[in-house]
Amino acid sequence: MDGDLASLIPLATLLPVLGAGFGFAFYRQQATQRAVTLGTLTLTVVLEIVLLADVWHGGAQAVHLGGWPAPFGIAMVIDRFSALMLVVSSIITLAVLLYAVGQGAAAEERRDDGPVSIFYPTYLILVAGVSNAFLAGDLFNLYVGFEIFLTASYVLLTLGGGEARIRAGVTYVVVSIVSSLLFLITIGVIYAATGTVNLADLALALGELDRGMQLLLHVMLLVGFGIKAAVFPLAFWLPDSYPTAPAPVTAVFAGLLTKVGIYSIIRTETLLFPGERLNTALMIVALLTMLVGILGALAQSDVKRMLSFTLTSHIGYLVFGLSLLSITGMSATIYYVAHHITIQTTLFLVTGLIERRSGTSAVDRLGGLARISPVLAVLFFLPAMNLAGIPPFSGFIGKLGMIQGGVAEGTVIAWTLVVGSVVTSLLTLLALARIWSRAFWRRAEDADDPDPLLMSKTLAHARAANKRLLPTSMTVPTALLVGLSLAFTVFAGPLMSFSRAAAQDMYERAPYLEAVLGEERVDGVRAELRELAAQVDGIDTGDGGAEEFAPVHTSVEPRDAPQLETDDDADDGAGNSGDDPGGESR
Amino acid sequence: MTINLTLLVLMGALFAVGVHLLLERSLTRVLLGIILISNGVNLLILQTAGRAGLAPIVRDDAGFADMLDPLPQALVLTAIVISFALTSLMLALIYRSWALARQDEVADDEEDRRVAAQPAHDPEEDSEVPAETSEFSEVDPADPHQARQRGRLLNPQAGRDATAGGAVEDQLRRGLHEPDDDARARGGSAEPDAGEHRPAAGPSEGPSRRGRRR
Repeated sequence: MDGDLASLIPLATLLPVLGAGFGFAFYRQQATQRAVTLGTLTLTVVLEIVLLADVWHGGAQAVHLGGWPAPFGIAMVIDRFSALMLVVSSIITLAVLLYAVGQGAAAEERRDDGPVSIFYPTYLILVAGVSNAFLAGDLFNLYVGFEIFLTASYVLLTLGGGEARIRAGVTYVVVSIVSSLLFLITIGVIYAATGTVNLADLALALGELDRGMQLLLHVMLLVGFGIKAAVFPLAFWLPDSYPTAPAPVTAVFAGLLTKVGIYSIIRTETLLFPGERLNTALMIVALLTMLVGILGALAQSDVKRMLSFTLTSHIGYLVFGLSLLSITGMSATIYYVAHHITIQTTLFLVTGLIERRSGTSAVDRLGGLARISPVLAVLFFLPAMNLAGIPPFSGFIGKLGMIQGGVAEGTVIAWTLVVGSVVTSLLTLLALARIWSRAFWRRAEDADDPDPLLMSKTLAHARAANKRLLPTSMTVPTALLVGLSLAFTVFAGPLMSFSRAAAQDMYERAPYLEAVLGEERVDGVRAELRELAAQVDGIDTGDGGAEEFAPVHTSVEPRDAPQLETDDDADDGAGNSGDDPGGESR
Repeated sequence: MTINLTLLVLMGALFAVGVHLLLERSLTRVLLGIILISNGVNLLILQTAGRAGLAPIVRDDAGFADMLDPLPQALVLTAIVISFALTSLMLALIYRSWALARQDEVADDEEDRRVAAQPAHDPEEDSEVPAETSEFSEVDPADPHQARQRGRLLNPQAGRDATAGGAVEDQLRRGLHEPDDDARARGGSAEPDAGEHRPAAGPSEGPSRRGRRR
């Protein structure tokens, strides 16, 4: 069964590309184009959910394109982490597409009498690129995935070609191209050093280089991905470019694009360069990302820009979690990535609604929205509190996991990060509360120069305007996403244990390598893999946690069992490794 | 691995000139810089194949060692195509920027300038808050309950017996009500312009704020 399903993996990329082709073919018929796009994305979501269900219990699987075995051909790999990212990202893109259909985002360009309706096909290409990046088992294929979705994003960001968008777009394009060139240089140097670009093969080959070379390659990869993920010193471009795009485009960018960077950083840290290396440096970067980002957000007076700054700030949490080198930290990061994709997209969609309803997104000019449209208020309030990390919501659960990991780590820098993350969380709450109290709670008359849209004579007038400006076709997709973000709370238990399993897989590395390279190749290096994985805090070493939690030996146990356990190749504590499905198979 | 020195020097020169151009403010030069750097990268990848060799086709008379590593060429082809596409996109953007704004420079972000120019102190945040923050405060003659509440708020003397407030509270209340009464005196017309009546509240601001701090 899994053989059949795994061969469907490339479809996650192929379907959107095909859809885009058909979309371009039907450029004159808007309705057909829309139907094709919606159909393709729905199919992709279904396919990816099936893949996730398959991977949930099965673990990593790989497809060797064209039948060439791993180090030579191109491999596409799906493991628990990438399956989760795929599903979340495609659900998000589907919801944003529904929103865009509601808004008639194509109308944006029609006004500019462009000859081709490019929004829908370009959107599909973006989805294809993101899927390709998540599935790439090959460094160069990862680069191609990046280029596909970045090129689509250049087009989407400058949609319509107005002056503001071109200005923002030029900065964004130049910065992205430079980061891609850096990545390409790194690929060249890595190939020169190791003679391979296959990720699994690299995982084994990189460890044999000398330390200095490893450090150089590691830093180059992190810088390239850091620009894309908008990590502190490299995040300057994001708040300038995202807010000018149309609301659905900003939403999907904010949700997905930076997370692909984070995904690549996680892969770099776990698969390519495992163990204790640059973790302290990453923690410092994480702290600065959080604090600088949120202070930037407090200085803003435009909702979209403020959200862009909170986006970069919360990237800091993800870097914090992944730099902890512990199962707790990594599983919290995985959970938080999924949560953050959803929540950031939702907030930008709601901001789009606010802008539609009140004609502006400048906080100073907003007011009275809670009275005019309670629905909008609820749609903003829930994700806002979620982002700030107020207890019942998923933001709290993710942050709690990271803080737990930080406390368990116990070093000075880890404690600083714990404090820093709490402060950031509070400042996020402050920034969002400012939007809330101004845009929603104060009277519209108190705003500076409020838009006439906000100044309806009576509530009845306001409700009528709501019908026109906030159509159900836009509020329903937003509400769906809010519902999804609440589902992260409701299903936090299974999701957390799933992300624990994903983190365990990634730190162990053996499942991924076996799927790509085959068991024989991995058998030769098992001891080495286990040694590196043992550095990770809280990793399940296959004895069911007995060593950590119950280091008591009973008299029934054979006398020589403890010595055997310290040996790498020996079978440890008889009988207690059987109850661990995720452990290493021996 | 053997490396061709000419290619290496050329690559270095391309990178150096490219980075120099990239740091310019003019968009055309930035684009030229990008083109040069991407050509430098292509050379870099090309060189990872090592020294030149025979075409990698399996033959009887040529061993594995004599052949050229074909993979870098495949990578370079992809990279060339991508950089070509991006160059044309950048050209289109630059042309558009020129057509719209007549400028061939990286423009300042207006919102950034605005945020940088705004004073650190936001007067709105510290200005006094009218007592009636409720949005239901507009008198609805049809609702006797609202009218009664309104009356109590308007007339500090009425509330005094109940709350047994001291001088401070009295002052506070007067301070808070003055501007709003002003606004109402103007007929409570269309929309009380925030910017207009805030200065009027100036004199009363002192006592009221001190009062509230206690």
